Amino acid sequence: MSATARPGTGRLAALLRDAAVPVASVVLAVLIGSAFILASGRDPVLAFSALFQGAFGGPRQIGETLMRSTPLILTGLAVAYGFRAGLFNIGAEGQLFLGGLAAAWLGIVMAGLPWWINVPALLLAAAVAGAAWAYVPGLLKARVGAHEVITTMMFSYIGRYLVSWLVTGPLKAPGQIPQTAALPPESTLPRFSDVFAFLPASRAHLGILVAVAAAVATWWLLERTPLGFEARAVGFNPLASETSGVSVERTTVSALCISGALAGLAGGVEVMGVYGRLFDQFSSGFGFTGIAVALLAKNNPLAVLVAALLFGALSAGAGTMQLEADVPQKLVLIVQALVIFFVAAEWIVRWAIRRRRKAEVSGA
Amino acid sequence: MPILELQDISKAFPGVLANDRIGLTLDPGEIVGLLGENGAGKSTLMNIVYGLLAPDSGRIRVDGRPVRIRSPRQAIGLGIGMVHQHFMLVEPLTVTENIVLGREPSRAGVIDFRAARSRVADLSRRYGLKVDPDARIRDLSVGMQQRVEILKALYQGARILILDEPTAVLTPQEVVELFRVIRSLVAEGLAVLFITHKLEEVLSAADRIVVMRDGRVVGETRPQETDEVGLARMMVGREVVLRVEKAPAHPAGPVLEVRGLGVADDRGLPAVRDVSFTVRGGEVVGVAGVDGNGQRELIEAVVGLRRPREGTIALSGRDITRMGAREAIAAGVSHVPEDRHRRGLVLEFDVAGNLILGDHRRPPFARRGVLQAAAIADNARRRIEEYDVRTPSARTPAGNLSGGNQQKVVLARELGRKPKLLVAAQPTRGLDVGAIEFVHRRILAARDAGTAVLLVSLELEEILALADRILVLFGGRVVSEVPAAEATAEGLGLLMTGGGAGRGRESGPGGTA
Repeated sequence: MSATARPGTGRLAALLRDAAVPVASVVLAVLIGSAFILASGRDPVLAFSALFQGAFGGPRQIGETLMRSTPLILTGLAVAYGFRAGLFNIGAEGQLFLGGLAAAWLGIVMAGLPWWINVPALLLAAAVAGAAWAYVPGLLKARVGAHEVITTMMFSYIGRYLVSWLVTGPLKAPGQIPQTAALPPESTLPRFSDVFAFLPASRAHLGILVAVAAAVATWWLLERTPLGFEARAVGFNPLASETSGVSVERTTVSALCISGALAGLAGGVEVMGVYGRLFDQFSSGFGFTGIAVALLAKNNPLAVLVAALLFGALSAGAGTMQLEADVPQKLVLIVQALVIFFVAAEWIVRWAIRRRRKAEVSGA
Repeated sequence: MPILELQDISKAFPGVLANDRIGLTLDPGEIVGLLGENGAGKSTLMNIVYGLLAPDSGRIRVDGRPVRIRSPRQAIGLGIGMVHQHFMLVEPLTVTENIVLGREPSRAGVIDFRAARSRVADLSRRYGLKVDPDARIRDLSVGMQQRVEILKALYQGARILILDEPTAVLTPQEVVELFRVIRSLVAEGLAVLFITHKLEEVLSAADRIVVMRDGRVVGETRPQETDEVGLARMMVGREVVLRVEKAPAHPAGPVLEVRGLGVADDRGLPAVRDVSFTVRGGEVVGVAGVDGNGQRELIEAVVGLRRPREGTIALSGRDITRMGAREAIAAGVSHVPEDRHRRGLVLEFDVAGNLILGDHRRPPFARRGVLQAAAIADNARRRIEEYDVRTPSARTPAGNLSGGNQQKVVLARELGRKPKLLVAAQPTRGLDVGAIEFVHRRILAARDAGTAVLLVSLELEEILALADRILVLFGGRVVSEVPAAEATAEGLGLLMTGGGAGRGRESGPGGTA
C-alpha cells in the first residue's frame, strides 16, 4: 500500500467534491432569490446584474467589496478555527468589539510614534484583547464544562455594552456624537489609493492584506503544527485525544483564544482601516456573519477568503441593485439566509446518512 | 414447512456485492447460527429480512407465502423480531414501558399500565426470562437489558427471533444464561437465528450452522459434524491458527511495579482496592475478571488517565504515579485502549495522522513547532507495511477501514514507539479470527522482544492463550494469582465471580445473576 500523497488530479477531484455543495447552495439561493424578485414584479436578471455591477463593476466598486470582505474574512476565520476544535464561538462579535476598543485606545495613547511601531502594536493589541475576551469562556468550558455557546454569547453582550459605555463616557471625544477621538494617521491602516497614488480612489484599505495573511496563517497553524493537529483531534474525538496525552482542557482554552484573537483582529482592522475611530455601531454584525462565512467555507481557512468575498460583494452591490432594479437591499439578506440554509441542510442530510450507515454497520 | 425461507437474495453496495444469491431456511423450533467474519454480509442479510434494506433480487417466504418486507414494522407484523447488538432501549424508562413502547395497550386513549405490566409478567414467566418489570433500564446490567429486548420482540408477537451478535457484550455466565433462554424459546416453537463470529458459540448453541464468506453462503453444517478448526477454515477460507504458538517466557527484571494501589471510579467510589503486582520485561500478565470489577480504573491509573487515591506505580524503578497520559507515554507506557473507536483512534483523521497520535509533538514528527510531513508520511509507509494494514492509502480516514485494520493501526502506533510497558485492554474485541491471530502474534512478539505486557481481557480464552501469569480481579481486589500453566477456564471463572478459596469472598460490584 502506497503512502505517497495523491496525485494532483486526485486533489483537484477532492477539492471539487468539497466545493460542490457550497457552490450549489449559492446557485440555488440566487435562483430562489430571483423567484422572490419575479414575484414582486421586478426583473431578476436586471437586479443581479446590477448587484454584480455594484460589487465588481469598477475599481471603486471592487474596492468597496474588498473593504466589506475584510472583517468577514477575519471573523469567518475566528468561527472556523473554533469549529475545527469542536467549539462554537458564537460570541465573535464581542471579541471584535474588544479588539476595536484596544486598537482605538492604544492608537490614541501611542500617537506620535512611527507607523511601523504603531500598526503592528495596535494589531497585536486588538488580537490580544479579543483573545482575552474569549479566554474566560474557554477557561469556564475547560474547568467546569460551561457551554461556550452560552458564555461567549454573554461575554459578547458585556463587550458590546462596555464599548457603548466607553464611547458615550470616558473615551468620548468632545462634540455631539458618541465616538472616540480620531486616530492619528500613524495609527491607521491607510487606503490603497492613498499609498499608491496611481490607484483609483476606493475605500479598500491595507487591512485586506492582514486578513489574507491571517487566513494563510490559520491554515498553516491548523494543518502544519502540533497545536493545530491537537485542536483538530480534540474537535473530532476528545477521548482519543486525552488517551494520546493531549490536554483537552488546554486545547480548548487555546483554541478559543486563537478564535478570539482573530475576531479581535477584525475589530482592530475595521477601526484602523475604515473609520479611524471607535463608535457604537462600527460593526454591522460582522461576528455573526462570520458564522455564516465559516459555514459556507466548511471551516476551511482558505475557503473563508472566497466565502467572505461573496458576502462582501453581496453587501457592496446591494445599493446599486436597489437603485437600478428597484429591488430592496434586504433581498441580499434573503440570499444570504438561503445560502446558509442550504449549506446547513447539507449537514443535516449528511448527518442523517451517516446515522443510517452507522445503524447498518452496528448490525454487523 | 420452513417458517422463513430466503432464495437467491442479492444486494450490491457501491463497489461490493454484500449478498450474492443467498439461500437460507429456518424451521420452527430450530436454532440456526449464522457464522461469518466481519464484512461477510451477515448483517446485510439480516437487515434485508428485517426490512431495513431492500434486496436487489431474490425472494423471501414466511410460512411458505412470498412476502415483501419494506420496513421493520412489516417485519414485526410477519412475526419477525430482531435484537440488535446495540440495544434500542430508552434508558430512563422502566422495563414495562420499554416493552410496550409503540404498542401501548390503552383504554380510552390512556395507557393501561396494569394490563401492560401483567402481559409483560406473563411473557417473562412463560419463557423463564426473569426481569423486574418496574426496574429502570439504566439500572439494569447489560445481560438484563438484552432480556428486555427479547421480551419486547416476544411482546410484539415474534415467532422468528434474530439475534445480532448477542454475546458480544455478555459475561461468560450471562452467555450460558442466554443460551438457556434461547432453548426455552425454541421449545415453545419459535425459530431463532443468531449471528456471530465466535466459533465455540455456534458449536455449543446452534442446531444448524450456516457459514458466510464474502457475501456468499460457503457451507452449512451441524455442530456434531465439525469442530472449531473446520469452522474457522470454512469461515476464513484458509487454515487459521486459533491458538498462537507461544515459546516459554524469559522474564527479565521488573518493569511495572504496582504497590497498594487504590483508585476511585467516576462516582468517587473505590473501584480498585489495595492492588499490588509486578510485571517483568518479557512476560505477559493477564488480568481476568468479570466486567466492572475495577479493570478500567486500574488501566486508567497505569496509563495516566486517572489519578490514584493511594499507592504507587513505578516503571523501571521510576515513580509514574502522578504522571498524566503525555508523560506516561514519554516514559514508555503504551496503551491499546478497550474501545478503539472512542479512545484508540480519531476516525476522521487519516491513517498517517492516527499513526503519530501521542508522538505528534516529538521529533521526527514535529520540529520547532512544525509538523514534518515527510517524516509523517515515511512513518506511515513503514508501519502500514510492517503491520500489513489494508488501506487504500495513508491518506484514507481511519474510519473507512475494517475493524481489524483499525486495530492494526493502533497496535502499529503503540508498539512502534518501542514501549517498556504495553497495556492492552480487550485488544481483540469485535475482531474476527484472522485478525485475532495477527494481534496475538504481535503481542507475543513484543513480549519476546522484552516488553512487559499487561493484558486485560474479558475473554478467558485470550488470557489463557497469551498470559504467562494470571491475576484475577474481583470487587477491585486481586483475589488470586495463577501461573498460566496451571489455569483452567473453569477455575478462573469461579474465582472471577468471587468463589473459590482465599480472599475475595466479600461482596463486590461484580456479582452476576
